[in-house]
Amino acid sequence: MKKDYSFWSLFAKGLRHNEGWDPAWRSATPKPSYNVVIVGAGGHGLATAYYLAKDHGIRDIAVIEKGYLGGGNTARNTTIVRSNYLWDEAALLYEHALKLWEGLTEDLNFNVMFSQRGVFNLGHTLQDMRDIERRVNANNLNGIDALVLDAIEVKRRIPILNTSKSARYPVLGASFQPRGGIARHDAVAWGFARAASKYGVDIIENCEVTGMDIADGRISGLETTRGTIRSERVGCVASGHSSVLAKMAGIRMPIESHPLQAFVSESMKPVLDTVVMSNAVHGYASQSDKGELVIGAGIDHATSYTQRGSPHIIEHTAAAIIELFPIFSRVRMNRQWGGIVDTTPDACPIISKTKVKGLYFNCGWGTGGFKATPGSGNVFAHTIAKDEPHPLNKAFSLDRFSTGHLIDEHGAAGVAH
Amino acid sequence: MFVLFCPHCREKREEEEFGYGGEAFRVRPVAPETADDETWGDYLFMRKNPKGWHWELWTHTTGCRKFFVVKRNTATNAIAGSWTLAEGRNVYDAEGGAG
Repeated sequence: MKKDYSFWSLFAKGLRHNEGWDPAWRSATPKPSYNVVIVGAGGHGLATAYYLAKDHGIRDIAVIEKGYLGGGNTARNTTIVRSNYLWDEAALLYEHALKLWEGLTEDLNFNVMFSQRGVFNLGHTLQDMRDIERRVNANNLNGIDALVLDAIEVKRRIPILNTSKSARYPVLGASFQPRGGIARHDAVAWGFARAASKYGVDIIENCEVTGMDIADGRISGLETTRGTIRSERVGCVASGHSSVLAKMAGIRMPIESHPLQAFVSESMKPVLDTVVMSNAVHGYASQSDKGELVIGAGIDHATSYTQRGSPHIIEHTAAAIIELFPIFSRVRMNRQWGGIVDTTPDACPIISKTKVKGLYFNCGWGTGGFKATPGSGNVFAHTIAKDEPHPLNKAFSLDRFSTGHLIDEHGAAGVAH
Repeated sequence: MFVLFCPHCREKREEEEFGYGGEAFRVRPVAPETADDETWGDYLFMRKNPKGWHWELWTHTTGCRKFFVVKRNTATNAIAGSWTLAEGRNVYDAEGGAG
């Protein structure tokens, strides 16, 4: 099997002009049957396969992907990681993920470039500040690091932020989570793929699910563009396309798929050493290690699967960023893209068993799934392996939409990701 | 960005003038007192969310402020047409509730 990466291996390969590296993971052709099949080779799906193999000893796994590995929302987000959610259920789930992030590079033996540079959530009105204090207090009670900063302290830490009193939306303060930050999105997909592949997990690209074999309320396999794959346990981790898969199983989902756009600027010298988000002004920005500003904002209002959004949303995003950072007004943008996010009515995910035995769904992460990647895979692996939810995802079942136990996280999740 | 035709104003206008109202022709439980939680949950939260033709509500926010229905393909953003609610319902029923 493949050797671990180390300082020595980097150095030695460097001397040979970086030739002779092995592929990080093995591209497989589908076998007739597997113990578990995961649909969707994004961060969450690969993490699920990895933790199934590592923590639950299940090695006979296929991860099938209709496009290419990590080519969906894993490659299309703004890479922000934080856990400062209001409600206990959500806060504990995201904190579980954040704790896994903190050891992920060592765990995967792959540098996911997790940088805990802190996350600011700005408050622009008195009500914003009251909400921030409430959320910070809730976070502290849950053992999550968070503090309230006033405008002077925010200005001291982010000198380029417009904190002028005459601003259209003056900054009155912020919540700050020091352990929040950003990670390298592609490395997360590659790292999980490599680590899962090492355990013998088959990663199968260009393999789209076209149907599900369900009889007597039990799944027995999948029809795909690369033939039938038998499996009695199937985990669907398909973000924006979850409704399409659920329909094949005759399950209704409380999901609407919207485009979410983001863009990056040309590379610049370091100017922003943290992550800044604003729900009121409706935008968020950070600077990548390459020096690009990574900028995002709200979703398109209409549902769509087009992976591109409407230009007027870009205009609103740019306006929001210039409002916060007038210094960016002449920065040129390099790339713009859209991803399809699976939004739920309560802005919380669904990590759940279904009425079909052996069929599990992990979806509904909406605009903020990246931050949860390791935690999501970890609890979903538990759900599939034990056929019952992990204590942390028990509250995130599909039946909460009929029992009424919604976890309303619009305050902490609404816009800012 | 797409251009929508408002059947009330009889004008084609840019998407920004309109507000999105979600899936059209959802039916409220006819017997609210006896409907169980599943039925209510289904009505309130569950959506078809198809990849393909979708019947949806729009409102002409900066124009006549009336609702109308649009049949739009969510995979391509192609638009088949706009109708008033009553006309749209007839077309929708005639094609057997597509999407």
